[in-house]
Amino acid sequence: MPHRITSARKLMQGNEACVHGALYAGCRFFGGYPITPSTEIAEGMARLLPKCGGHFIQMEDEIASMASIIGASLTGTKSMTATSGPGFSLMQENIGYAYITEVPVVVVNVQRGGPSTGLPTKIAQADTMQARYGTHGDYQAITVAPASVRECFEQTVKAFNFAERFRTPVTMLTDEVLGHMREMITIPESGELEVVDREKPDVPHEWYHHFEITPTLVSPMASMGDGYRYHVTGLVHDQDGFPTANPNEIKAKMDKLRNKIVRFADEVTQLDVEMVDDAGIVVFAYGTTARAARQAVHMAREKRIRAGLIRPITIWPFPDDQLRELLAHVRRVLVVELNQGQLIHEIERVAPKTCKVAGLTRYDGEVLNPVEIFKRILEVK
Amino acid sequence: MMADPIQSSNVTYDYLRVKKRFPNVWCAGCGIGTVMGSIIRAIDKMGYSKDEVALVSGIGCSSRLPVYCDFNTLHTTHGRAIAFATGVKLAKPSLKVIVVTGDGDGLAIGGNHFIHACRRNIDITTVLINNQIYGMTGGQCSPTTPHDSFAATAPYGNMEKGFDPTTLAKAAGASYVARGTVYHVQQLDKLIYGGLNKKGFAMVEAFSNCHTYYGRLNKEGDAVAMLKLMKEHAMPVKAAKVLPPEKLEGKFLTGVLWDVEMPEYCELYQNLIDSFQEKDKE
Repeated sequence: MPHRITSARKLMQGNEACVHGALYAGCRFFGGYPITPSTEIAEGMARLLPKCGGHFIQMEDEIASMASIIGASLTGTKSMTATSGPGFSLMQENIGYAYITEVPVVVVNVQRGGPSTGLPTKIAQADTMQARYGTHGDYQAITVAPASVRECFEQTVKAFNFAERFRTPVTMLTDEVLGHMREMITIPESGELEVVDREKPDVPHEWYHHFEITPTLVSPMASMGDGYRYHVTGLVHDQDGFPTANPNEIKAKMDKLRNKIVRFADEVTQLDVEMVDDAGIVVFAYGTTARAARQAVHMAREKRIRAGLIRPITIWPFPDDQLRELLAHVRRVLVVELNQGQLIHEIERVAPKTCKVAGLTRYDGEVLNPVEIFKRILEVK
Repeated sequence: MMADPIQSSNVTYDYLRVKKRFPNVWCAGCGIGTVMGSIIRAIDKMGYSKDEVALVSGIGCSSRLPVYCDFNTLHTTHGRAIAFATGVKLAKPSLKVIVVTGDGDGLAIGGNHFIHACRRNIDITTVLINNQIYGMTGGQCSPTTPHDSFAATAPYGNMEKGFDPTTLAKAAGASYVARGTVYHVQQLDKLIYGGLNKKGFAMVEAFSNCHTYYGRLNKEGDAVAMLKLMKEHAMPVKAAKVLPPEKLEGKFLTGVLWDVEMPEYCELYQNLIDSFQEKDKE
C-alpha cells in the first residue's frame, strides 16, 4: 500500500517530517522504544504504518529495537528505529552487527544532553562522535544531519538511500529543538525525490554469495525466504557468510567493509557552502546550530566582515578533501557546536596550516543564539 | 558400491550443510547435536520447505547450531536471538521462525526478550537448550545452575538458586511450554513438533549435558553417566499426576507442561492492516 498524505503543504514537527520521509522512502517496519525527545517518531509510525501495510512494534528496550529492525530488513523490508542518547548507547552493539553483516537499516538519534540521563528535554550535539565511533571494532559510519523540518524529511529519504546503496546502517542525527520545532513544508510528490532500493541477486541459488566481493564492494542482497538460503553471523565471515579464521579472508572482509564506504564517500558527501569564496573567516556548524550560525554570518557581512558558512549535511564520512580545498584560502575557521568540542578535532585535523581554528561551544542545554556567534566572530576574525 | 550408511539411515542428513561446515565445534558426547537432530526431524515432519524456515540463535555453544543447518540461518548477538526473530517474523509472517538458545543466552542476558516474547505470544518456537552452565566461555555459573552446584565462577558452590524456564515461560504468557531431555530423544522430537504446530509462542526446554564443565566440576561423570542421570530423574508429567509427592522428590517433569489457545500477535496485526484495506475499498 502506498503512503498518502492528503494535503501537500503541512505544518509539522521535525519528528513528524522524519516519519513522513521514512514512509516516502518505503520504510515498512519500525521497532522502537519510547524516549524523549524522539517519541513522536514512534507514535507517528504506530499510527501510519499499519495503514500502509507495514508493521510497527514497541520492543522491550532499545537493544531489542535495534535487533528487530535488522531481522526485519533481512526479509527485504526497509526498516528504521528512532531514539535519543541513552537508547543510542544501548543500540551500539547491534549497530556493529548490522555493519559486519551488511544489513541496511536507519537509526534516528534525536539528540539530548548527556552523559547518562543528562538533560532529557534539552538540546545537545554531544553524540556526534558516538555516531562515528560508538560501536566496538573498526567501523565506517554514514551519518546525516538535517537543519530544518524540510530537511528532516529529505535526509530521512537520503538515509534510507545510503543504507540501501551501501548495505550498511545509517544514522540520522537531529536534536531536541529540530525534532519539536514546527515549520511549513511541502511534501514532495511521489517520484520527486530519488528512492534507492537494495540490489537483489539475479543468479541461480548455487551461484549466490551473500557477501560477494563485487567491483563496487557492495553485494546483491537476497531476502530471507526468496530461495537463497544463506548464513548470517556477527563472527567475521567469508563470502558465503560462514565464520572464518583465515587471515586472508578476514582481511578481505574488513577491507570490503571499509572500502565500500571510503572509496565511494563522494556519493554521500553533502555540504552546504555559503559565501566562502571571498571569506576570511568561515563558521563551521551543523544542524540547529547552523541556523544560528547562518544568521551570525549575515550579521557579520552587514558589518563588512568577510564571513562564510560551511554546513555539513553529511557528517560522516567527514568531508576531508572538500574541506581542505574550501579552507585553502581561509585564514580562520570557527567551529560552533553544542558540546564540549567534538567536530573541532576533525577540523584541526584537516585545516591547512595557514588556517587557524577556533571554537565556540555551549553545553548547558540551551541553543547558541546568533549574537553569541557573531560576537565570537568579532573576537577571532 | 555400498550406500552411504549415514545418508540412507538418517533424515537429518538432507538438512545439514554437510560439505561446508563439518566437523562441528561441540565436545564429543555433547547433547546439542541430539537437539539439532530433533529440531530437524520435527521440521521434516511438519513438511516445511528449507526456504521457509528461519533458524535464529544468539551466542554460546547451543547458538552455534544454525550454521550446520541448510535453512535461512541467523547467528546474532549474545542474548538477542528472540528480538531479531521478532523482527523477522513480524516483517514476514509466512516464514517459520525457530529460535535456538541456551540457558545463559536465553535467560540471563536475553531474559528480558524471552519474557516479552512470551507475553506478546508471537508465533516463534524457541528451543532452549539447558545444560546448567556456560560452556563456551569455560564453565561459569548460569541462571539455571542449581543452588550449591559448582562452576568456574562458583568455586565454593552457587549461592543463588536456578530459574525453572518452564514456569517462567508459562507465567510470562507463552501458549505452549514443554520439557524434554537429550536422553529421551523420541519424546523431544514430539515436543518440538508440538511447538512448531502451535500458533503462538512455544518454548521447549531441552535438558542437555555439559560433561566437560558441569559434569566434571560437580562429579557427575562423563556424557553417558549424565545421560543416565537424566533417565533416572526425569518424570513424565502424566505419570507424576498419579504419584504421591514423596515419590516426586528429586525428579523433574517432562512432557507438555502447558498448552493453551490464545490470539497470536502477527495475526492480530494482520487483522488491523486488513481493516484499513477494507476501509480504503469503501
